Amino acid sequence: MHGFANPARFLRLARWLTPLLMLSGGLLALGAMGWGVLLGPADSLQGDTVRILYLHVPTAWLGMGGWTALAISSLTELVWRHPLAGIAARAIAVPGAVFAAICLATGSIWGRPAWGTWWIWDGRLTSMLVLLFLYLAYIALADAAQRDGAGGSRVPAIFGLVGAINIPIIHYSVLWWNSIHQPPSISMGKSAMAPDFLIPLLVSTVGFSLLFGGIVLLRMRALLADQQAEARLRRKALAA
Amino acid sequence: MSAIKAKHQRLILALIALVAILAAGALAAWALRSQASYFYLPADLAANPPEAGRAIRLGGMVEAGSVAKAPDGVTVRFVVGDGKARVPVSFKGIVPDLFKEGSGVVAEGRLDSEGRFVADNLLAKHDEKYVPREMKDMTADQARAAVRNTQ
Repeated sequence: MHGFANPARFLRLARWLTPLLMLSGGLLALGAMGWGVLLGPADSLQGDTVRILYLHVPTAWLGMGGWTALAISSLTELVWRHPLAGIAARAIAVPGAVFAAICLATGSIWGRPAWGTWWIWDGRLTSMLVLLFLYLAYIALADAAQRDGAGGSRVPAIFGLVGAINIPIIHYSVLWWNSIHQPPSISMGKSAMAPDFLIPLLVSTVGFSLLFGGIVLLRMRALLADQQAEARLRRKALAA
Repeated sequence: MSAIKAKHQRLILALIALVAILAAGALAAWALRSQASYFYLPADLAANPPEAGRAIRLGGMVEAGSVAKAPDGVTVRFVVGDGKARVPVSFKGIVPDLFKEGSGVVAEGRLDSEGRFVADNLLAKHDEKYVPREMKDMTADQARAAVRNTQ
């Protein structure tokens, strides 16, 4: 891991990995959604509404997975002071927020025909909305801390770690509390979902995950470039 | 106490903090156990009946064969059960598409003085099973077996 403490080495790897991840992820996600929407079957109970699943479920998982990765980065930042950890956490926050927002929007669109309501203050829905707000708060906090200069990544890292408590709450909300949201269809290698739905869903999830990774690398490169530009300006100002 | 490496000290501190946060979250979730539920089950109503007229939500399964239209043509009567208790419900209005016998429902409304639930709004609740429409004509058991066989 500390081999990448040198950003130049990370950048060499990220330069070719970024387009590879984004391209393959985008193709897989689009292909799986096209397959599910155009060729896949309709659900016996919900009919064609079910097709929004291939966007809703991967974005939900990645919204939650994103914060998990952000929390691990934050822990790495706090304990090992890895120079890329804080940058990775900041890079994850933006696509994480976007994916959480897509999950909420598609969930709302799905909820209208399936449940009969756009929104209710149910445990699952509310905890997912809290996750979106946590992402937005993290982005604001990390930007403010960045402007404060050296050592400013400590506070967002603590926030990232504390916010991780919401992840098990989202997951267990449908099991602990009576909820309008369905319990998980897939758990511990068991699936209550016919393979006609499951396979495109899994392909779509792999695709969106690769896409997410590509966006994170892209953002990390941009943040590193920002850092370098700022350091160079500072040096110039000192020399002048 | 000899010197512990600074990063190990930070690791221990971070882990202690993490455990404390998780414990706090678990305690809060535990305390919210009944309050954070979106609806009452029929068994909850039977065990701990709320006063008549208080706005509550009732969730459970629509009992098979219980759905009936009242003579006025707009009121639907059915029974919501959870295997332990049953609550008769009446609702005046248009039911959601997924409202079916043997399927989940969440009713918003209140108990009247006779212990009947008067709903102002119905929400449908579907379960976690997804079965292609082509398999619809099978019975529920056959479809479940087909899903199981292909897993």
